[in-house]
Amino acid sequence: MNTPRRPDLVCPAGSLRALQMAVDAGADAVYMGLKDATNARNFAGLNFDLNQARQGVRYARDRGRQVLMALNTYAQADNPQRWFDAVDMAADMGVHAVILADPAVMAYSQRRHAALRLHLSVQASATNYEAIGFYRERYGIQRAVLPRVLTMSQVAHVIRHTDVEIEVFGFGSLCVMVEGRCALSSYATGQAPNTAGVCSPPSAVRWDAEGDKVNARLGGILIDQFAADEPRGYPTLCKGRFDVDGDVDYALEEPTSLNTLAILPELVKAGVSAIKIEGRQRSAAYVEQVTRTWRQAIDACMAQPDRFSVQPAWTSALGRLAEGQQHTLGAYSRPWQ
Amino acid sequence: MFDLSVGPVQYYWPRQTLTDFYADVADSPARTVCLGEVVCSRRHELKPEDWLDLARDLKQAGKEVVIGTQALLETEAELRSLRRWVEQADFMLEANDAAAVRMLAGHTPWVIGLHVNIYSAPALAEYLSLGATRWVPPVELSLPAVGQINGGGASVQTEVFAFGRMPLALSARCFTARHHHLQKDACAFRCLEDPDGLTLRTREGQPFLALNGIQTQSGSVHCLLGHKQALLDAGVGRLRLSPTSQDFGEVLRQFDAVMNHDASADEAIASLQALRLPGPLSNGFAQPRRAGMDWVTS
Repeated sequence: MNTPRRPDLVCPAGSLRALQMAVDAGADAVYMGLKDATNARNFAGLNFDLNQARQGVRYARDRGRQVLMALNTYAQADNPQRWFDAVDMAADMGVHAVILADPAVMAYSQRRHAALRLHLSVQASATNYEAIGFYRERYGIQRAVLPRVLTMSQVAHVIRHTDVEIEVFGFGSLCVMVEGRCALSSYATGQAPNTAGVCSPPSAVRWDAEGDKVNARLGGILIDQFAADEPRGYPTLCKGRFDVDGDVDYALEEPTSLNTLAILPELVKAGVSAIKIEGRQRSAAYVEQVTRTWRQAIDACMAQPDRFSVQPAWTSALGRLAEGQQHTLGAYSRPWQ
Repeated sequence: MFDLSVGPVQYYWPRQTLTDFYADVADSPARTVCLGEVVCSRRHELKPEDWLDLARDLKQAGKEVVIGTQALLETEAELRSLRRWVEQADFMLEANDAAAVRMLAGHTPWVIGLHVNIYSAPALAEYLSLGATRWVPPVELSLPAVGQINGGGASVQTEVFAFGRMPLALSARCFTARHHHLQKDACAFRCLEDPDGLTLRTREGQPFLALNGIQTQSGSVHCLLGHKQALLDAGVGRLRLSPTSQDFGEVLRQFDAVMNHDASADEAIASLQALRLPGPLSNGFAQPRRAGMDWVTS
């Protein structure tokens, strides 16, 4: 068997500052989006205008790193042209690749910018090699990002059956639903990833006090209730506590973070081409710390794959940053299977 | 005139229940029936041959039969089952995943299922160029958007999800098993106990969602009885009614009366609200940027 390649470390940038810090901390590639609904982190105060995007591309390229542009929402009925214009913009500024979910946008890119590399976004929900094969044959995608729902052995199975590069999530917030196949946020608020590039949008959040408790609401729905001394989490819809048949608990998902450091050698051995860090909505300091830690881990793993072990310093650095302070291997290990 | 279409049973019903249900459907005003297990490959009350037998019976009774493909495909075994469906030529398939699209493209007419993400006219055109002849839009798409995308009905037969608990999300994880503290692979098929899904309420007692294995549904029952004109304006010619365990025959009759025989929508809605449906009615998704759980009366 060939020596496995070193997976690229792909880091999030919600701002020019985050992009620069990720590059300086050792990211091989940085992904970013524009300040509108063409990407799946469409939050106020986040993302790049044209000028910032150009500066970011230059900064990364001068240092031999890649910039990936996420245009990974679905072109909307009232103005699909906005997505096509964004592809033109990305091609024009010389990004390494665009990350797309919508076949219409892929078709446009292929027609107008044949040389532009296409990465299949996680929002396209390709969970098997036949689905990836569809986008490969029809639109020439060169990489696919897998949804955070597959087991380690399923990831390896996909890689064995496709010549498309496979990128997986390594660290960050966890979607328990298949990305691109979740309308829960639409149901509660009228806005969701596929329609507006947001999930559980801040504009729909309300906090209200009730006695010594605090209610966290989304679109009026009581998502969670916290005691005065309890740490309060953001009311992401699927991470609330609900009542099912009298049992009040996290019925869908507990507020934990994905952390795959423990299976890094397996990911490398399986032939994963890139490991993605979630979190364009996070601060530049967060991105810097996560990037630095993962840089060290990947380098250590490549140097001595058989002797790799997760360093306590990495765990504690990432633990301080994790949502709910808890880590999980998520679907990769599936303790619930 | 609207063609009424019975969507796939989303739940895990016992074999006899399914057989009885489809015997009733055979005598109903429905024009089309979508069969097959679309949620979970562990469910096995009906095997593929049983579904095909049912399909032949319904065809004999004058119904058009479509087979829905499983929406979330992760394993080789699931891909093999899908290939077997694609290989049969007697019934049209409804693709719910890009893998199914790849296998069907260019070979035979097929239906674009509601799990395929289409939110614009150019996206629909991509799939039509692959031989799709009918489109079931995503549930969160508003009726005006549907009309913008399908050219007012000019480009494709459009079948809108018009009644039932809506499939909102898919996960690798089984939430029914989780609720019962069971492993997914040893789930004991507890979803058999929930013929309309397991209702998830807020801590204020408001019905919000429904757990149905790996699928999360709306707690409310989507109902477009009051939207006849908006459906016509959007070029919709077909209405999909998603099966409920109780009173589904009456739901079919009410839709037929309102949509095809000019009965009063308000009266039909009032009579639906008196039926044994699993949740309150909603119709928010019919309108742009409305929360899907809303019930909007004009």
